Amino acid sequence: MGVELATGKAGFAEMEDVNFSDSELIYHVRDALRLVPLGDTDNYNQLIGVMHHTERLTPGEVALLVTSLKALSGAVSYIDIVHHWSLLSSIFGMSMWNYGPDVMDALVELIISLAASSGKYVDSCLHMLVSNFMPPPSFLELLKHPHGIARKDQVLYHVHSALRDIADLVPLAPLKLQDIITQRMPNIFTKEPLIVLYAENMLRLESGALGEVIGSMMLIAVVDRLIDLDVEIGWDEILQDDSSKGIFEMELEDVEGTADDTEKDSDELPIECLSRKNFAGNIVAEKLDSLMVLTFEHLNSCIEGGRLIQVFETLLQSFQKTVLTAYKSKFAQFVMFYACSLDPENCGVRFAKMLADIFMGIQSPLHRMSAVAYLASYLSRAKFLSASFVAIILERLVNWCFNYCQIQDGDINPEAHRVFYSGCQAIMYVLCFRMRSMICVPHLKSRLLLMPIETILKHPLNPLKVCLPSIVEEFLRQAKAARLFTVSETFVFNDLLESELSRAFGGMERLDMFFPFDPCLLKISDRFIRPNFVYWSLVRTSYDDDDEESSSDEDIAQNYVAGGNRENIADDEIAGSFEEHEIDLDEFDYSLNKMSITPKNSLKYRFGGELRRPMQMPSRIRPSTSPESL
Amino acid sequence: MEGLKVSDANLVVYVHPSKSKKVSEAILRELGSLLFKFSETFDGVLLAYDVNILSEVAKILPGIHPYFGVRLKAKLLLFYPKPDMILEGKVVKLGQQSIHVIVLGFSSAIITEEDIREEFIYKVKHGQEVFASTSYKQHKIKVGTIIRFLVKSFDEEILHVSGSLVPANTGCTDWLDKNLEDWSHTNRSTKKQRESEGRGEMEEHDKVTVDGKTFSLNTEHQIKKSKRRRSEDS
Repeated sequence: MGVELATGKAGFAEMEDVNFSDSELIYHVRDALRLVPLGDTDNYNQLIGVMHHTERLTPGEVALLVTSLKALSGAVSYIDIVHHWSLLSSIFGMSMWNYGPDVMDALVELIISLAASSGKYVDSCLHMLVSNFMPPPSFLELLKHPHGIARKDQVLYHVHSALRDIADLVPLAPLKLQDIITQRMPNIFTKEPLIVLYAENMLRLESGALGEVIGSMMLIAVVDRLIDLDVEIGWDEILQDDSSKGIFEMELEDVEGTADDTEKDSDELPIECLSRKNFAGNIVAEKLDSLMVLTFEHLNSCIEGGRLIQVFETLLQSFQKTVLTAYKSKFAQFVMFYACSLDPENCGVRFAKMLADIFMGIQSPLHRMSAVAYLASYLSRAKFLSASFVAIILERLVNWCFNYCQIQDGDINPEAHRVFYSGCQAIMYVLCFRMRSMICVPHLKSRLLLMPIETILKHPLNPLKVCLPSIVEEFLRQAKAARLFTVSETFVFNDLLESELSRAFGGMERLDMFFPFDPCLLKISDRFIRPNFVYWSLVRTSYDDDDEESSSDEDIAQNYVAGGNRENIADDEIAGSFEEHEIDLDEFDYSLNKMSITPKNSLKYRFGGELRRPMQMPSRIRPSTSPESL
Repeated sequence: MEGLKVSDANLVVYVHPSKSKKVSEAILRELGSLLFKFSETFDGVLLAYDVNILSEVAKILPGIHPYFGVRLKAKLLLFYPKPDMILEGKVVKLGQQSIHVIVLGFSSAIITEEDIREEFIYKVKHGQEVFASTSYKQHKIKVGTIIRFLVKSFDEEILHVSGSLVPANTGCTDWLDKNLEDWSHTNRSTKKQRESEGRGEMEEHDKVTVDGKTFSLNTEHQIKKSKRRRSEDS
């Protein structure tokens, strides 16, 4: 040992100076460890002292730390969980974020050796690595700078290579890891950068070598966290926020029996009373937004790696378990939407079929209604789905409803036949969006005309009276224009958004008013969704250009035949409109508002404006206006 | 290799009433949840099962949830490493201080420097780390080699084996098989006998060392030494 033992570490430092070989160092450390139970802890304490240097290490200290860590990896079999607990706990307490690559290398090597040396340390090692998913709080500021990001890449690289190596040596470690990761997952109150970083690590595991074993679990856990954040954002926040945009309020005062519905109360507040509650300032929403973007990017990398189909199966499972059963999820479902848009032929089709299967399956009514609400919204909003595919699914829905009517008789009974009514409403909702595109393609038109929609709607169960008046009204208008069928009975809805009956079939959960894929309100995520999204304002209804159509009906039909279907046209329109939006981001929100289907009780209308088109579609998410009304 | 057995078990699986329509599925799920975990009841790790439901009649437990007990006859493949058994595994990592082995693809094992008999010395040959025997040139252990080793202890939670290469009948499987056959007929017969019998490996193990003279000397020396070391360690 050295002569000048001023500080504890000097002994080690000096040892290095005299050029001890690696194995000699190892023997030295072994001796230090071996002496602990005998009461001689000097060298051992020096060793622990070395581990505790974290702040601003001099090159000498770094070298010392690296040497000690390396020597320890050679002596792991001498470490005893009882006698050397203080050493172990200081090793497990080290954060890689505080060190440079050399120390990280040595530390990772030690952790791997420890994990492989005995079953006792596997858990602690995994915990240590998982805790390195996130930096110490003091590091958060640095993450915004390039060298902070470089450090992050190094840490992540080391952590993940260590996890992989441990899994190679201890095949059952991933199972433990999976539990540890889900247990330690930060809750929704964690700061945004931390939770995002943690999720990034999870997704990295999903795409890494361990993905095969624990990947699906990681993905499910991330989606679960999305849901957690999602439900944290209340519906009234959204409603208030929107009405505070000051364009429109929903005309819920017209509905009878207002007092009993709390949801409505918030709507009824006069606009002026609502402080401008900026959604952008909502911390939860921002967290959710960042996590969604992370997930979208991950899905992008999946499709590049050619494994989206596989990942999508996991997403489907988690969707069925969590998103579908969560009460009116608002945002998390867009993960599915985006995945579908990346691979419409496989994922897009699979998703719609699964939803249809659930609706026609044997699950609980609420489950099925929820599924059909998703299906209707999805078929309407997904620009990447061809009209012919929509027609196929629609046909299944219609057939199911038709068969249902055949068996049932009796009168309107919203509660008993709620599944049926939700099915009918879905059919009408989809047709509001898609009718025009279908009737323009001759074979789809004939297919549509062959569907027994009329029989269903005119059945004594009378879905037209029960479903949301706004949808029924819009549907009837379009159906009439398209000469799909006409109703002799006149329906007077007085532009009601909802009616007593619709509320009855929607039940307490108000599934009658659930349109999951209404425009996404999260700013950054929306950029991913927008290109594949059908906005109501851009939908060409069957009555839109009645005049033209009457004169040149056939021409248009021919155009559509040439173009395959109307999606091409819609593409152009929407693409055009994006350019405008990009110009002024401030107006983005506003233009989004314009694009949602809305209760069309515009101010103009209320004050006797001439635009009396009854195009009132509900959108609880976004009570706003359509451009025609401005 | 030892440590594997097939057990005939009479089991009662309690199924939740909600699963009453899919009993067989529920049973398989229940048994599936036991896979690759050490179970005290079976005294081993369940690797595979083959189930026969004995009767359609199940006993219903009184209680808030009327679970019902389905009686089964199952053949269970169990992995039950015990000290002094001989296991085989593939070397996945090798360094001066330790050899890391994976047994049957799921259980990890480590053999530390102290438990490698002195016959083997650590070398780096052509950039590859090996433990080579000084007595027999052909006897080498490197990454990818299947080795036979003795169980020292078994961590039931993570299924981690601590092993030893001290006895003479341990080492590279290929080499051992080839050379044990060459030595003597008695040797071979005892080996076969040992393989045919599952248990009582200690006695046979002794026979092996007695039969192969060179080995017997060597191992005794090693065992003594390792005992001494162990006592030092503790």
